[in-house]
Amino acid sequence: MLKDFAHYVVYSLFGMEQGRLAGAAEFFIYDTIKIFFLLSVIIFIVSIIRSYFPPEKTKRILSHKREFIGNILAALLGIVTPFCSCSAVPLFIGFIEAGVPLGVTFSFLISSPMVNEVAVVLLWGLFGWKIALIYMGTGLLVAVVAGMIIGRLKLEKWVEEYVYNIKSLGAAVDIAKQTFKDRLLYARENTTEILKKVWIYVFVAIGIGGFIHGYVPEDFLVKYAGPQNPFGVPIAVALGVPLYSNAAGVIPIVYALMEKGMSMGTVLAFMMAVTALSLPEMIILRKVLKVKLLVVFVSIMTVTIIGVGYLFNAIL
Amino acid sequence: MEIKVLGPGCANCFKMEELAKTAVKELGVEATVIKITDIGEIAMNGILSTPGLIVNGKIKHSGKPLPSLETVKEMIKGEE
Repeated sequence: MLKDFAHYVVYSLFGMEQGRLAGAAEFFIYDTIKIFFLLSVIIFIVSIIRSYFPPEKTKRILSHKREFIGNILAALLGIVTPFCSCSAVPLFIGFIEAGVPLGVTFSFLISSPMVNEVAVVLLWGLFGWKIALIYMGTGLLVAVVAGMIIGRLKLEKWVEEYVYNIKSLGAAVDIAKQTFKDRLLYARENTTEILKKVWIYVFVAIGIGGFIHGYVPEDFLVKYAGPQNPFGVPIAVALGVPLYSNAAGVIPIVYALMEKGMSMGTVLAFMMAVTALSLPEMIILRKVLKVKLLVVFVSIMTVTIIGVGYLFNAIL
Repeated sequence: MEIKVLGPGCANCFKMEELAKTAVKELGVEATVIKITDIGEIAMNGILSTPGLIVNGKIKHSGKPLPSLETVKEMIKGEE
């Protein structure tokens, strides 16, 4: 139905001649509507779920949880708990103070920016639901594994001492109970806010897709970053670590790379490296973590993400 | 009455401070609005996502989205 609509707009409404340009326009209209529709619906639903999991509640759920179960829960809650990097430090201190194990706290901090509804919907809209599921599954896997390794290494000594000395004043929580209508209003507001932030990237991604589809040779990157190059994954990850963007911002690049023959595993690893690790976040986390722990964190993440990249290049 | 606005300095934290001050003025209550920007102190007060609002030691709001001016007034009135 949507395909018919795009066809109608291009050929009847605009009266374009059959050809490459008309094909590109049809593709552009179809993709744009599809992705914005998916984005609006999914963000709205996730926002409603999200309103049931404020960080205060997540903290209670994760408090004194055992390894593995705790890490899995943390990674899953990372998807739905609202969190922005500006609150990373109070969140970290709050978690530790409430007795959430260090490794479990890390699983949450890793999964939260990397696996979220925007990333999943954009991957779904542009590359299909299989790729979206794979990204989500491996993102959670990376968060669980990296968190467990950090937990096993017993790195509590490399957290700044003052974190352990902070004792909560035990302020009473008196937040008004939300009605379902409040949650719907919140979901609407949240959806509009996210769409306002990401729409430009979506257009750029779809535009780039159409443009390079026609003008850059299909196998441009295959030579450098195809499955045959064993260094493709580490190079892509090494480039992605210092780069920082949210999931939406990296999508146009991901789209371009994939179109031009970079292999799936390499592209997913690149996207994870860009979203999960960033210099600004490290600077923020430096307030609670000693440099040694930051270095260990970045190294473990880099190795895990490279592993995921190889895994997918091998099986896809 | 003591009202604490907690946030490290993001745009929403400033808006929250404005909301609290406007609410106090419009209600005409005796209250001091304190801004807490130190991250350790924010955590100590039990706020995990900023901006936070604490009235007379009770957490009234935490995180986004911001409450409306009317809601903030209600929160303050409830503690009078």
